[in-house]
Formats: sequence, C-alpha cells, structure tokens
Amino acid sequence: MYAFTYERPKNIADAAKLLKKADDGKILAGGQTLLPAMKLRLASPGTLVDLSGIKGLSGIKKGGKDITIGAMTKHVEVMKSADVQKAIPALAHLVSLIGDPAVRNRGTIGGSLANNDPSADYPAAALGLGATIHTNKRKVDADKFFKGLFETALAGDEIIESVSFPVPEKAGYEKFPNPASRFALVGVFVSKSKDGVRVAVTGASESGVFRVKEMEAALAKNWSAKALDGIKVPAKNMIADLHGTAEYRAHLIGVMARRAVTAAG
Amino acid sequence: MSATGIGAAVRRKEDHRFITGTGNYTSDITRPGEVRAYFVRSPHAHATIKKVDVKAAEKMPGVVAVLTGADLAGDKIGGLICGWAIFSKDGSPMKAGAHPAIAADKVRCVGDAVAVVLAETLAQARDAAEKVKVDYGTLPSVVDPAKAQAKGAPQVHDVAPNNTIYEWHLGDKAATDAAFASAKHVTKLDIVNNRLVPNAMEPRAAIAEYDQGNDSLTLWNTSQNPHVARLVISAFIGMAPEHKLRVIAPDVGGGFGSKIFIYPEEVVALWASRRVKRPVKWVSDRSEAFLTDAHGRDHVTHAEMAFDASGKITGLRAKTIANLGAYMSTFSSSVPTYLYATLLSGQYAIPSIYCEVDAVYTNTAPVDAYRGAGRPEATFVVERLVEVGAREQGIDPAELRRRNFVKSFPHQTPVIMAYDAGDYNASLTKAMEMADYKNFGKRKADSEKKGKLRGIGFSTYIEACGIAPSQAVGSLGAGVGLWESAEVRVNPTGSVEILTGSHSHGQGHETTFAQLVSERLGVPIETVSVVHGDTDKVQFGMGTYGSRSGAVGMSAIVKALDKVEAKAKKVAGYMMEASADDIEFKNGSFTVKGTDKKVGWGDVTLNAYIAHKFTGGQLEPGLKEGAFYDPTNFTFPAGCHIAEVEIDPDTGKTEIANWVAVDDFGVIINPMIVEGQVHGGIAQGIGQALLEGASYNSDGQLVTGSFMDYTMPRADDLPNFKVGTTVTKCPSNPLGIKGCGEAGAIAAPAALINAITNAVGHEKVPMPASPSAVWKAAQGGMKRAAE
Repeated sequence: MYAFTYERPKNIADAAKLLKKADDGKILAGGQTLLPAMKLRLASPGTLVDLSGIKGLSGIKKGGKDITIGAMTKHVEVMKSADVQKAIPALAHLVSLIGDPAVRNRGTIGGSLANNDPSADYPAAALGLGATIHTNKRKVDADKFFKGLFETALAGDEIIESVSFPVPEKAGYEKFPNPASRFALVGVFVSKSKDGVRVAVTGASESGVFRVKEMEAALAKNWSAKALDGIKVPAKNMIADLHGTAEYRAHLIGVMARRAVTAAG
Repeated sequence: MSATGIGAAVRRKEDHRFITGTGNYTSDITRPGEVRAYFVRSPHAHATIKKVDVKAAEKMPGVVAVLTGADLAGDKIGGLICGWAIFSKDGSPMKAGAHPAIAADKVRCVGDAVAVVLAETLAQARDAAEKVKVDYGTLPSVVDPAKAQAKGAPQVHDVAPNNTIYEWHLGDKAATDAAFASAKHVTKLDIVNNRLVPNAMEPRAAIAEYDQGNDSLTLWNTSQNPHVARLVISAFIGMAPEHKLRVIAPDVGGGFGSKIFIYPEEVVALWASRRVKRPVKWVSDRSEAFLTDAHGRDHVTHAEMAFDASGKITGLRAKTIANLGAYMSTFSSSVPTYLYATLLSGQYAIPSIYCEVDAVYTNTAPVDAYRGAGRPEATFVVERLVEVGAREQGIDPAELRRRNFVKSFPHQTPVIMAYDAGDYNASLTKAMEMADYKNFGKRKADSEKKGKLRGIGFSTYIEACGIAPSQAVGSLGAGVGLWESAEVRVNPTGSVEILTGSHSHGQGHETTFAQLVSERLGVPIETVSVVHGDTDKVQFGMGTYGSRSGAVGMSAIVKALDKVEAKAKKVAGYMMEASADDIEFKNGSFTVKGTDKKVGWGDVTLNAYIAHKFTGGQLEPGLKEGAFYDPTNFTFPAGCHIAEVEIDPDTGKTEIANWVAVDDFGVIINPMIVEGQVHGGIAQGIGQALLEGASYNSDGQLVTGSFMDYTMPRADDLPNFKVGTTVTKCPSNPLGIKGCGEAGAIAAPAALINAITNAVGHEKVPMPASPSAVWKAAQGGMKRAAE
C-alpha cells in the first residue's frame, strides 16, 4: 500500500468538498474492493474520504411503495432486514450470495453500486427492480446510472446517499458463481410490477449489467419460465475467460433467467 | 491396545498450539536488528537483462543494500541444483541449465528474481524495489510443453537444444510392441495432466542470521527437510561449511512437496545477511507464492493399453512430455521418471510396459514434486485406460479390474517395482459394497427423471511410498540416500525425547511418534516429546515427503527403542542382581523371569544415570540410543476409490453425490490422523480433477495468479467422504506400515474423471472439469445420445 491522506468528514457537504479538492480522491465505503486493490498496489488514491463518520447514511426505511436503503448500509443488514425479507425477498436472497461473511459484514450497497463491478450482484438488483439512486446532487434512475465496466453516472464529487427499490409483485435472482472468485459468472434478476417486467443480467457482458428486452417482452405476455424457451441471448460482447466462453455465458443467461422466474413464483 | 498406543485415535498433541495461535512459524520469529528483503521480479517470461540500475533505489529511505545477480556471481555463490541425475535413452546425461539465485544475464519466467532490496521495513523495501530500473530485451516465450520441442521454439537454456532436458525411457519396447501387435483390443487416450499450484496455507519464508564472532550462519525456513537444505546450501551452493550452517525449520504450515526444495530466496537471505552483517527476513506473499513456488504435474501423454480376447491386459505403452518449467528444481527430474513410469503397472499383472518421457524447459515456474509426485499422473494414465478399456469392450469396469489384479506376492512388475503385499480384490469389494454399486442403475434412472446426468467411476490405485531404499535409488540416479535417523533420549526421570530426521508440517508426528513410544515403553504419552527440524539438535535426517515418515522415520525410532530397551534391561539386571537375559520388559515394568522381582521404568531410568548399581567397567551410564534405518523396499499402499456424480447438463455443474475410499495402508498408528490425511488427499485430488488448473497465456503470464482465478477447493465443493480400510501388513518394515499421506491425491482424479465421463457418455473431459468444460462435454454427450 502506498501512503495516502485519510479524511473522515462529519457530513456530506464536507465529504464533497474534500473530494473536489483532493488530487485523485476516492471514497471509502466498505472498502471490500478498494482496500485489497490498494494493498496489492494496484490502486493508489492520494486521498481516502471515509464516509463512516457521516450520520444518517446507514439504515433501511420501508415506505408505502418502496424500500430505501442508506448508502453505507452493510450487506448483512440488508440480508437480515425483516422489511426487506418481507417486501423483496429476492433482494435479501441476492445479498446473501455476495462474497463471504467477512465481505458481507463490511461491504456496503453504496460502495458496490458506485464501483459497478461487471460481476457484482447488487447492480442486477438495482437494474432489475428499477431502483432510484439518490445522490448529494440528484436522483438517478438505475437505467441511467450504470455506464459500462466500473463506470457510472456519478461525477467526481458526487456521493450516493441512498437507494430506493420499488416493491415488485414478484422478483427472483439466480446466480451461477465463478468457481474461483464466487462473483457472478452469470446472475439474472427478474421482477414483475405494475410498471412492467424487468430482466437484468450481471457477470456476463463486457459492458456490465444490462437488460434483456426480448425476455422482458415475453414475460410481460406470459410470466413463466416456459415463456423464455427459444429466446437466445447473442454471445457477441459476452465476457470470455478461463471460466467460461462467451457462448457459455450467453447460454447461462437463459438458464438462470428461467430459474429466476421459477423462484419468483 | 492401550489408550495412547498403536491403533488409538489419540487427539493431536500439537493442535492446541496451532488452533490457539501459539505456534511458532518462521514469520513469527523476529531477530534483533533484522532487515526485510523484497525481491524485484521479472514481469517478462523471457528476456535478456541488459542493465540493472540500482542507484535510485539505494537512495530511498531505509534502504540498507540493493543486490543484484552480478553481486551474487561476484561473491561466487553457486547456483541451485537438481539432485537426481537422469540419463537419456542414448546414455547422455540430462541437460541442466544454470539456475542462479538471482538472474544476471537472462530471465526465464515471470517472477524470476533480478535484484533484492534490503531495508529497515518491508514497506521501505517495496517502495525502493519500484525504483530499481531493469532494462530488459524481451524474447518470445514458450509455455506449452507440447510445443517446447518444436523447431524454432524459443530456447530457454542454450545447454538444452529444443528445450529437451532428457529423452528417457523405461521398459521393454520390443516386447511391448509385440503385445500390441497381437492384441484383440487396443484402448488409446490423449491425456493432459493439469498443472497445479500447491498453495500451502503458510507461504514460504526465510530468516538468515550471520554470526560474525563464529563466522557461522543460521537459517530459519519453511522446509520439509532442513538437513538436506543445509547439505545442498553448503556442499553445492558453497555458502558455508556444513558445520558453520544451522538450518531450523520450526512449525511449518503445510508443504505438500513444495517445501522440499531449496529455493533462491533462502540462499539470497543467507548471502545477504553475511554481506550486510544483519539478520535478513523474507516472507513470501501469496502473489509471490503463485509465481515462485514449484508447481506440480503438467504432463502431456499419449497412452495405449492392449487387451487379449479375455480382457486380460497384455501391454501398456505411454509417451509423456513433462514440463519442468524454466529451471530444474531440486528433485524435478525424478518425478516424471522413477516416481511415474515405475507405477504404470497399477494393481495389475501386465506382462509388458514401455514408457518414454521427454522432459522440457518452458518459460514457466519450475515444476517439482507435489503431493503424490508422479504417482497421481501414473494412476491417472492407468485407471483411465482400464476404465475406458472396459467401456469399449463392454465389460463391467470392476470385473475387468478383477481379471487383471495382481493376486500373488511378491510380484515383480516390468517397471522396476516389486510389490510386497496387498489384497486388491478385498478393497475393491468393500468399496463396491460401501458405494452400493449394485443399485447405481436405479439411482441413474432417478437422476435422469430430474433431467440430470449421473455417473460412477473407479480408481484402484497403487503407490510406492516409504521412500526409499538408498542403494536402489542410488542406482537410479538419486544424489542422496533415503534412509532416516532417530535418537531416543531417556531422561533420569523417565520422560523421553525422540529426535527424528522426519519433519512434521501438518502430519501429526508429535502425536503418532509419541504413541509408538508410549506403546513400546509403557510410558504416558504426555511424557514423550518429539524434537525435529533443527540441524543442531538432530544429527541428520532426510525429512518428510513420499509418505515416508511412518514407514521409514518410525522404523528408525523402533531400532533406537530396541537399543534403549536392551540397555535398560542391563540396568534392571544390575538393580535386581539378575542377568539381562532373564529380564522381561512389559507395560513399563522390568521383571526377572520366574520370580516376583520387579522394578519400574522410572527406577531403571534413574539408575541408568545415578549409576550406583554398576561400575563404569560393567556398563556405561546414561540411556540414549540412536539408529539409522534404511528400508529394504518401497511400501505399496493401494486401495479403491469410487466417485459418483450428478451433473446438471444445463450449467455443467458437477455435484459429487458419493465418495467411497477404501485404502490398505498396512498397520495404522492413529486412525483419526490417517482419516484426516485421506480427507486432505481426496480434497486435493478433487481439486485437480474439478477445480484447480494453473494457466499461462502465450506471453508466459500466469493468468491464474490469485484465488480470484485459481479455484482452490473449499469446504462446500467437497462431499462427505465414506472412508474404510483393509489391512495387509507391510512385510518390509518392523511396524508393518505402508503410508497414507498421498493416497487421496493419487486416487481421486481418475475416479472423478471416470465418473464424469461415464455421466456424459464420452471420454473428452479435461481437467479441471470446470462447469464450462463439463457443459460443453455434456452438450456433445447429449447430441451423441440423440443420434
């Protein structure tokens, strides 16, 4: 790890100022990606702005039609939340599949979404449920938030404060883990609500999390695993590596999507 | 059997300190005034070194010295060696390229050291290492052993044209070819035995300390055989005379073979300590371990098996290319030769065998012994051939094995080994019962109803352990003898210290060796301590690998205990005024035959030291005896593993539905420890077959350089194991022990691949059989079924 300046502001405004001022500043949320990268000397931010001293960034609120989760809420809190388990059990299930107990006890939803790892689980839930990301500057729809590999709509001094998930009628998440890292080789989140059907895929694409419109259209007509039969996701632009070819990943999208629909009921 | 003697499942004495964090590993040791070493390593797989500029690094804060390969050569420190000479078919010796501890002219794999930085702290050393400027002239690289000998392939060492180290063979070619010419059926397979990264829990480490007053050196390191390390570093590398070098291997957290070898970093630490006159500490991080620990396996083989009309095996022939990486590691040459081809007879009476092995250099990490070392590769060849041969001939695989088993002993194979004892039918029969083999068809039908593929596979393996008779290995090229030493020191109060040349790095010697003493001397196990891993305490020893510590190490203890008992009887004789010949020793008491005279162990040990009952002319005081034991033969553990799998054809995910292991290890000292060894071995075997595989890209970069990409087995990847034993005593050592440390890793891959290929209906399944590979294979299988 290289030397860096550590800041622990007490409010969002100060955090934003520090980020703006810093030469190569980075937000420290749960640190489950950033800190290992720093230890391996693969990341070398000049300043770390730790959000853990800011009150009110953590916690889960149940509204009439949605669940709002503070950016610094740890995965384990979402996994164990009675409100989440009741309103969106697929979300609690997804969180239970992130990393391992150590990661789930430190990692945060804001950190995961801001990092936008193409194989992370949370982006599939945000896109698959049509979440809204609340920052210190604005509200961003999930559809406009994710911009490809490790890229988001966030500006340099923009900080996620919370994420609102509309409560769907039905939702399901199925993940086929990478055998080594246990990140998603392919993860598919499906949901059905008044606003329509969403199918979001993580782990598979070179461009990060994405929606499969053809599957959404088929499921909107007929909410059943069978409705997805015959729909092939093209292998073009799928990740190909040691753990699976592009064709394998494309194939798994169909398998996981059908299983997610079945799990959603 | 006593509660703590031979055969008792005594809890491991050493575990308390390990699980309470009070062990003493090399990296736990801090020497006053130590500096930290950090190596500058090559990012290129193959390049000339044009210039190493250390000026900027030397000026960094905390830096004590920056040393290069030129400095090492200037001090005339010798290169690392390979200690087993192999000769090619034409009689020419193997072509070993130079292996300097720090590269001076050329780097040959990613991770090759080009400089070392010594600094007050590790962080300072790392910072300074980034300032070392190395001007490389990059060269094309070769990583695939099958391509290494091709015309025009990049040359790793000038001394080895076509990257060929040796072209070795074993067996009778003419007789084998004749067997194939008259065969009724021939089974042919192309096999890649995948490269593995050992990944012991504790990474390698070394602390070297130069004592100016005595002009001597002490090395603490993570070694499986500290005496051999001392011998090599002294006699071959020329660091210091043997009596001026002490090597201590304290608690060591796993080795699996990878810590047998003498590595560049410990040599550099010793040399650097003498140069800077301060202790030098180096601890590998996990990333370095992936790049620089000797890897395992990496064979490419074409193998054929000939059968007659009755399904009898009449011949086996194999051609193997073994990848030894960029340099020949300490015992690398022996692994694909005498530890491999000598086991190609398996459990079968095969009249003729012929095996050719070409060993090649590539721009990859060195490859050497890894749990099983050659024997897993041999077992995989034999057990795949037998299973596929059975399928092709429409014979039940168990039945085909039975027809071919060796049934009388001793049995001389065509490939050197003389099997001394075994009952292969017994372990097969017991395993089939435990696996409920007869109802497999019903279970397969049930799986098919759920849309799953089910398969079952056997592996009736054999290994040669108890390594090894010195004269025999000497005649095969070994640079050392493979006996073992022991010293039994009995204290005046009757407690006992066992000094052994074996080294425990997870095997539980502190418990099993104490059990032997408890049984023999009738003393409580708590009063026995085991001393190992320090060249100043134990006179000499050959260390622990090749499942040798029970069969060879404990046999040496038996010999020393025999001497202790003989002398203790003399002491007891003087105490009871009787002839030593009339003394009987049982359960810790000495009695005079035919009388009620009796003295206890503690009385005798005290009298041995106070020496009041005899004169110096009659008997030497004291009670301490040593022994060297050289085995008369290898031992031959064998058994049967049966794997049953259920595969999801939609994802290619393989679930291990059942695993049965029935092993014949001869006499077992501690069944709990043996079961643990079996579990660990199977876990590594399943790892090889299903999960693990080191992968280099064509530029020689290790793609699987971390646990993010290298799939280490985890608890949830493994099933519950059903473990059983059968026993034939080993006639070749006094305890009847065969050894258990490697069996699981040797047996498991063939059983699992046999099960998976059975499930998918064809033989084209690679290792590791990852979900993506099995999915692809299952697609092919289903297509074939549909046709």
